Parts: sequence; C-alpha cells; structure tokens
Amino acid sequence: MTDTFDKGNAAFIAKRYSSERRFRAYGAAALAISVLFLVYLIADIGIRAWPSFFEHRAVLEVNLDASKIPAGNVQTGDFEGVVRTAFRGGFPGITARSDLKSLTSLLSAGAADDLRQQTVANPASIGTTVKAGVLLADDADLYLKGMLTDTVKTPGKTNLQLAQSGDEFILTGDLSQLAAGQIVRANGGALRIASIEAGLARAEAVMPPVTLNTLAPGTWDILSFSHAEADRRIDDRQVVWLESLRDKGAIEKHFAWRFFTNGDSREPELAGLRGAIAGSLLTLIVTLSLSVPLGIAAAVYLEEFAPKNKWTEIIEVNINNLAAVPSIIFGLLGLAVFINFMGLPRSAPLVGGLVLALLVLPTIIIASRAAMKAVPPSIKEAALGVGASHQQAVFHHVLPLAVPGILTGTILGVARALGETAPLLMIGMVAFIVDVPKGFTEAATVLPVQIFLWSDLPEVAFQSRTAAAIIVLLGILFCLNAVAIYMRKRFERRW
Amino acid sequence: MDASPQKSTLSNSPRILAARDTKIVASDVNVYYGEKHAIKHLSIDIPDRAVSAFIGPSGCGKSTFLRSINRMNDTIDGCRVTGDILVDGKNIYDRDLDVVQLRARVGMVFQKPNPFPKSIFENVAYGPRIHGIAKSKTDLEEIVVGSLKKASLFEEVKDRLDHPGTGLSGGQQQRLCIARAIAVNPEIILMDEPCSALDPIASARIEELIDEIRQNYCIIIVTHSMQQAARVSQLTAFFHLGDLVEFGDTDDMFTTPQDKRTQDYITGRFG
Amino acid sequence: MTAWTLLIIAALTAIGFFVGQARAQGLRNAGAASLHSLPAYHGLLMASMALAAAGIATLAVALVAGSDSMIMPAAAALLGTGAIAASHRLITRDFRARNRFEHFVKLVLIACSGVAVLTTIGIVFSVLFETLAFFGEVSPIEFLFGTHWSPTSTPASFGLIPLLVGTLLITFIAVLVAGPLGLLSAIYMAEYSSKKMRGVLKPLLEILAGVPTVVLGFFAALTVAPLIRNTGEGFGLIVASESALAAGLVMGMMIVPLISSLSDDIINAVPQSLRDGSYAMGATKSETIKRVVLPAALPGIVSAFMLAISRAIGETMIVVMAAGLAANLSFNPLAAVTTITVQIATLLVGDQEFDSAKTLSAFALGFVLFCFTLVLNYIALRIVQRYREQYD
Repeated sequence: MTDTFDKGNAAFIAKRYSSERRFRAYGAAALAISVLFLVYLIADIGIRAWPSFFEHRAVLEVNLDASKIPAGNVQTGDFEGVVRTAFRGGFPGITARSDLKSLTSLLSAGAADDLRQQTVANPASIGTTVKAGVLLADDADLYLKGMLTDTVKTPGKTNLQLAQSGDEFILTGDLSQLAAGQIVRANGGALRIASIEAGLARAEAVMPPVTLNTLAPGTWDILSFSHAEADRRIDDRQVVWLESLRDKGAIEKHFAWRFFTNGDSREPELAGLRGAIAGSLLTLIVTLSLSVPLGIAAAVYLEEFAPKNKWTEIIEVNINNLAAVPSIIFGLLGLAVFINFMGLPRSAPLVGGLVLALLVLPTIIIASRAAMKAVPPSIKEAALGVGASHQQAVFHHVLPLAVPGILTGTILGVARALGETAPLLMIGMVAFIVDVPKGFTEAATVLPVQIFLWSDLPEVAFQSRTAAAIIVLLGILFCLNAVAIYMRKRFERRW
Repeated sequence: MDASPQKSTLSNSPRILAARDTKIVASDVNVYYGEKHAIKHLSIDIPDRAVSAFIGPSGCGKSTFLRSINRMNDTIDGCRVTGDILVDGKNIYDRDLDVVQLRARVGMVFQKPNPFPKSIFENVAYGPRIHGIAKSKTDLEEIVVGSLKKASLFEEVKDRLDHPGTGLSGGQQQRLCIARAIAVNPEIILMDEPCSALDPIASARIEELIDEIRQNYCIIIVTHSMQQAARVSQLTAFFHLGDLVEFGDTDDMFTTPQDKRTQDYITGRFG
Repeated sequence: MTAWTLLIIAALTAIGFFVGQARAQGLRNAGAASLHSLPAYHGLLMASMALAAAGIATLAVALVAGSDSMIMPAAAALLGTGAIAASHRLITRDFRARNRFEHFVKLVLIACSGVAVLTTIGIVFSVLFETLAFFGEVSPIEFLFGTHWSPTSTPASFGLIPLLVGTLLITFIAVLVAGPLGLLSAIYMAEYSSKKMRGVLKPLLEILAGVPTVVLGFFAALTVAPLIRNTGEGFGLIVASESALAAGLVMGMMIVPLISSLSDDIINAVPQSLRDGSYAMGATKSETIKRVVLPAALPGIVSAFMLAISRAIGETMIVVMAAGLAANLSFNPLAAVTTITVQIATLLVGDQEFDSAKTLSAFALGFVLFCFTLVLNYIALRIVQRYREQYD
C-alpha cells in the first residue's frame, strides 16, 4: 500500500502551495498598482490644483474720486485709475516711471472689477474713501502662495553699521546672519547683499534706505530665498513691496469664487470656468434630449418588438460595433456631416451635443436593453393575460420597471459625454471664448476642452488652474458615478 | 409529421357536456414551436359554467393548448398555430379578430403568482382601466371591491388596498391574480397550474374559490395533481405527447379510463 | 419661420388629440358602450396623424424651398388641419384607433433604431468621400507605404508608415502594461477576493475607467513624462521629453479597467462545474485557474485584449498631450513618436480649407483608423458572442 500522505510528497506539496501564494500575491499586486495609480493621479492633480482655489487681494483705502467716476454712469468710471492711485499711494517713495510700472504690474488687469461692481450697487459711496480688496496679478499671487520661491524672514539680532559709497552700501559689524543674495530690510529701505568679504558686506539698494542709522537688533530683518532673482518670475523689488504690504496686514487670502463665476481669460488670475460649465451644460442638454428618447425607443423596439431576422441582427451588431468606434471618428463625422454638409455653425453646443448624442447612443441602448431584459417576463404575461396589448404591456409595465436601470445607464453615458474631448476638437470647440455662451448656436467650449486649452498655455499659474479645472470635472463625474451606484443599489430589484 | 390524424374521442360527448352550452370548440388544432410539433390534430369541445381540467405528464402540450385559447402563444417567437378554435362560434384565429379583446374575454391565471409591483388596488384596476370598463371613479372602485370579494380576498386586504401587491403571501397573491382576471368580466378563465407554487393550505383556498366561481365562468385548469383535478373539475382531459388521449367526465375518467395510457398515468405507472 | 412652423405643428397635434378624444367620448356618451378603443387612443391617433402630416409637409417644403420660406408654416397648417378633418370621419364605434396608433408608434420605434445604422453609414460615407478625394491628389501606394510624413512642408509627403509604427509602439507599451495588470486583477477579483472586497475594488476600477482621457493626458505630460525623463537620465539614457513610454504607460493604465472588467465577466461565465472537477482532483486554486479556468476563458480573454488594443489605437487625448508631433520612424520607446490620432487632431484643429491635401489626409487617416478598429471590434465581439453561446 502506498501512503497518499507520503512524506516524500511533502516537498512537492510545499512547492505547490508556495506557487499558489505567489500567484495570489501577483493578483493582489496588480490590483494594488491600479489603485495606487488612481490615488497618485488624484493626489498629484489635487496638490497642483489646491492653490488655484485661493486668491490674494491687497486691501486699499480707495478714494472714489467723483471726477473720475461719473455718478450718472458708474459702469464706465475709471476704477482702474483710482485703484492704481490708491495702490501707488501706499508707496510714496516710488516715483520713477519704470518703478511705477513694475509696481502696478503687481495688480491684476481685473483688479478694479470688484470695486466697480460694489460701487454700481452702492452709488452713494462715490466721492468717499472706501476700503477695497483688489486682486493681485498671477505672479504676485504665486509668490504669496510660495510657489515661486520659499521666502524666510529672519529678524536681525545684531548691530550693523551702514555706510554708502556711491551706489553701493557697506554693512559692517557682526555679519554672521548674512549671506549673499539675501535682502536686508532696514531704515525704510531694502538692500540686497551682493557679496560678503572679510568684515564687510557689500550690498545694492533694492529700495534706497531713508537714513544711514546703525541697525539695532529688532529694527531690521532679513529675507532669504530658495530661488535667486534670476530664477523666478518676480524680481526683488516686487518681493520687497509685497512683503511690506504683507507686514502691514494689507494682503488678504480669499476663496477664489471668481474661478467659478468668471469666463475664460488670458490672465490666469481672472480665468474661470463659468463659460466652460455653461458650454458643457448646453451641450449636455442637446445630447440628452436626443440620445435618451432615441436610445430608449431603439431599445424598446429591439428588445420587445423586433422580429428575429437578418435586419435585426445587423442593427444589433452595428450598435455593438458603434460602441467601440474611437470617439475621434465621431468628430470626423460631425465635421463632415453637420458642419460641412448641413452647414450648422462651428464651435456650437448644438453640433457638439449632436456628436456626443451619437457617441453615447449605443451605451444608452445597450443599458436600456439590459434593464428591460431584467424585468421578468411574468409581469408582461400578466398584463397580456388581462387583455393589455403588447405595447400597453411594455409601456405600462416593463418600461417603468426598467427605468432605474435605464437611468443608471444614462448617467454613465452622460459621464462619458461630459469627459469627452477629442470629437469636440474636430468640430472647432477649441476657440478662446471669453463670453459665457447663452444659446445653442453660439460659440462655446466645454470643461474638458477648456482643460486641454489651459494645459497648453505657458504660464505657471495656468498649470495650477488646469489642475483645478480637472478637480472640478472629476468632482462632477464622481458625483454622477456615485448617483449611478446609489441608484443601482437602491432600486436593484431581486425577482 | 403524423400521417394519420387522430380525432379526439369526442364524437361520444361526455354526459356533462350535453347538459351545458358549449363554450369553446377546437377542431384539428396543431401547434408548432419551430420544428417541434407540440400539439397534434387536437379537437375538443369545452362546456360553459364548468371546470375542465387538463392533465398529463410534463411536456405533453396541455399548457401549450391552454395558451392557444387566449393566443398567449403569439408572444413566443417561432410559434405557429393551425386549425380552428371557436369561442361562442367565433374563430379566435381570424385575421380581423383583435387579440386584445379576446384576452379581455379569456382571462388567465399563471403558474407563479405574478402581481404587478403596484398597489393591490392598482393591480385589479389595471384591466378595467385599459378596457375602459369603468365609467367613473366610483365605478372603478366598485369593480375592484367586487372582484376582490369574488376572489374572497377582500376581507384580508380591505384596510391596505394601497399596499403593494407583491407584499402579500403567495396564496393571497394568487387570489389577487384571480381577482385581477375577474375584474375585466371574462367569460373564460384559464388557469395554468395555479397552485403549483403554493403550500397545501393556500392551494385548498384556491380550490375552494374555483368551486365558488365555477357557476359563472368557463374554467380550464391545467394541473399536475390528479387529486386536484378530481377535486375541482367536472371534466378532465388527458394529454400525452401532444395528443389529446381522452376527454370525459372527471368521475368516469378516474374510475373507468378508456385508454391504456390514461390508466397507466392515473395509476402512477408513468409521468 | 422655423419657430412659427414648430409652434403650428405643436398646436395642431394638441388640437388633434382633444378633437379625437372628444368625438370618441361623445360616441361613448351617446350609448356606444362597446367602443373598440378608449377615447384617449382616438385622440392620440388623431394627434399623431396631424403631427405626421404637418411634419412631412414642413420637411418637403424645407427641402424644396428652404427653411425661410413663408410656405412652410402655411403648408404645415394646411396638411395638419386636413389630417384632422380626414381622420375625424374615421372615428366610429368599431374603429380600431388603438391598433392604428400602435402601428404608428411601432414605425417611430423602428425609425429610432435605424439611427444607429444611419450613424455608421454616415461615418463610412463622410470618411470615404474625403479619402477618395485625397487619393485623387496622393496615390494610395505612396500613402500606405511611404515612410515619410510631413503634411505641412513643401513639397508635402504623406507616408503612413511612421504614424503606424508610432501608434503600434505606444499601443504595444500600453498592452504590455495593461495586459498583465488587467488580467491578474480580474483573476484576483473573480477568484480570490471576498464579496465585500470586490464591492470596494470594482467601483474603484470603474472610477479609473471613468477618468476622462484629457485628465490622463495632463498627468502623462506633466508628471509621468518628467519622471521617466529624470529616471532615464539618472541611468545615463537619452529620453525625449515626449517619450512614447510616458504616453504608453498612462494609456496602459487607462485600459486596465477595460481588460479587467471584460475578463472578470468572462471568468465568471466559466461554469463552476469545471472548477469543481479540478478541485475534486486535488488541484490548488491557482492550478485550477491556470489549467482549467483560463484555457476555458481564453477566447473571451483574447477578445478583451483585442477590444483594449482597439481602444488604445483610437485613443486621442493622451497622445495629443503627451506624445510628439514630429513623425519619427522609430521603435525606441524613449524617443518621441507621433500617432494617427495625434495627426488627425493637429491637422483638423483650427481653420481648414476642405480641398487641401493636408485636410483631406486627416480623413484618410480617419479611414485607416476606422477600418483598423472596426476589424478588431468585429472579430472580438464575434468571439465573445460564440463564447457566451457556448456556456449559456
């Protein structure tokens, strides 16, 4: 008799078991990689996006000069002028033209927009001085978010003597805190350390100091940077100005609502998603109002009424194939048929919606058919049994019971349409459009195309805006998917 | 195909049939599912105001024939029916006959209770609604209550007519389905193994119910249980492999079957 | 005019419904108790006849005289009213309005299911015509076998080979990544994971599948490409900043959910009895999977791979954003290559004249792409269908 549990087999069995464990580990690892990729993707984009949801404003005392803002027509008032005057007023020492230009470039091109709105709403404030937050330009904003350089402020702890020789300033005394490239702020000015030699530091003026008094501990400080002036998009003067505003408490950080309420813009700090969201909405309305009735009707016919013949088979094969045709091909169809042949307007939500409707039609048909197939035939038989016609049985009983499944499929179709980019590039929805589209035939863009457009722009601030737009898109898609999953769970019927 | 068409043993009509009006006359009916010849040259006369039971082993064609009486077979792809089935002298396979109106006259109760996933009231009200039977809301309510009473379900559900029909017990669901069938005033009620999904007590209730309503309808019941056939029916038809072997008074059939196959089946030699 | 016409059609449809219903109700009240159809059906039938008549009139006029013509609303009103008048006479006790209306509905349903076929025909024709026009300027031989692609230079050259190689190179990388990942994920989910874990993992993969490709393109261009470049340079390799590897890797991650969900379905369709047979002989789970389940599921898995390949070939945004524009004939995954879809997108974005070879070549590329993916999809779907039938 041979013993099945022979010890001689033990090694072989052990080998088989370790192979089993290994195989299982491969599977788990594969899943882990996919999940980690997803997490990394979302985290990476989220981190890039985060700063874009906030903006920095300078808080100014603005004199709403009645001579510049006509009370009769507030909208046309020179708010840019009064804001600029107010901003410059905070830096009385700056008079040179180039300096002034450099200073005002810290303000956004749309800095006066908020003030204009406030004043239109409250014309009584004209002629008075109001406190207003004005939007800073993208580079100033990025600097304040710490995205251009890390700035460290160190209080001065020693006594330093200051002397001037020509354009150059000489610092002597305990130089242990200083290093080249740093900025020393003292006596109402700012000095950039050019070099440190034995016992003295040579510096040049970023802002000339008012006096040459000795620097006592606590009266001066040092700004040191991770990126030298040549490596960042903001120069030392601007940094000094911004830091002085920050020290005065005149910089405020706010949630960037305008990211959602503004249309597109060439200025990153002004660019918003409202136009793209409106475009997506208009496009989706067209898509849904076409694809849902068509898709359900086609599904009802194919599932319930179509005779089993060659034609039906062709339609079915055709639908399954259509579901796997690359989306860019649908774009070619839209370009050739809707725009060139039918003469519909380019870049319009109408055409985009038509193309996307054809794109998601197979998805909706397939989902609707599956949902109707899941309704047990006994329900239909019961209706037929009491004398309902075939159509009555389908429209009174089968279709209503299939609605949750159809809706789930439709939501997934909508999610697909909402994220689709390539076919819309073909029909010209890639134009730079500032205005929020108001109709189906106006030029518009949609969220994913806006993402594509922004991702192509060179400004650093747009990179972050792109990521933020992605987060908005993913957020919407996530909600749609969550609704679909919830509905599937909630209305899933076990017969 | 069968070379010698086998006429049913109908020429010598059962005694009970003679005492009643004939409701359904089928002559030389054939049913095909694609290639399969499911019913072969069947002829039968079915009386009004009585219960006729169809018995026979599985796949013998009894359900198929039942479903050709209200043309439910139309819904099956590849199903073809030849021959004539007359209800009150009118051929139901005539081209100009509206199948929907036929099914209003020929109600059906299925093997598994299949209430609509709607309220009890809506279940019963659906038929009258689509046929436009009720003239008003109160009319409709009367019909629903009357049907539920006839199906002896009303007392159990009168407080919860707005509850879903699917929440009832199996037996109650089946009585609801009977009420639903009655609500459109059918003349014929087809029952396809109505008790096969029910426990014995619920089955007994249904059998009682059938007995109560048989005075007013022509009822045909397909059943697997010979005891049930013996209990509820006045006439019994025995089907075997697509043939109608024997049709006669239930009492005679279970005591003195004419055909060897019937005898073998009811004594439990096959089936 | 269009708005007026639509308004007239809508009004006539509504009038038709109420007239029809009222007449039938009148008959019923007058004692015709056994009206064949419910009054509502008479109304619906009349409404649909009005709609059809007015609609056809409108379309006919629009085709002949253009949509600005004054005749359009007039014709719609005339024929719609005519239809109502004509069908008014039809309403009697025995008139089968329901059957007629249901016939109408059925025609509408058939028309709707024809849209999918029309879409395919539209695709084929729109791509085919422009492609033929393109072949009038550039010979098909030169297009299919040329090894140089530069549509904007003078003289322009339209050789498909570099694009094809680029497309296949990126697709190959993608499948190399997604094949093992997707298949192993599917096996783990179908055979090893608990129901609860599956309930978490499946939605996660669905989320990955639902990430728009423009997002993946952004990620590939901004995160993955620099990562690969830096890593490669750490090893002393020359890596293009728009390397095929970056696009391929991210595209691979895009098709992982596709492969895993298709394979998951296929593996679940393998009958339990086959597994039981193997377990009963003392096989371990992995042995059963490798020797019994996977061979049985092989056709389905092959078709899943084919669908994934077709998806990768047709994917546009990832490659537009992360792959190169210049058509280099190269098999090096670290070099920048371009793909068919990238070229279509760059050729057609912006304004274009429809008669230049440059624009037409985009359609020729679209035609190639369509044929490629159609063949792959068709074969894959046939295999799946056969496979399903086998175990149904």
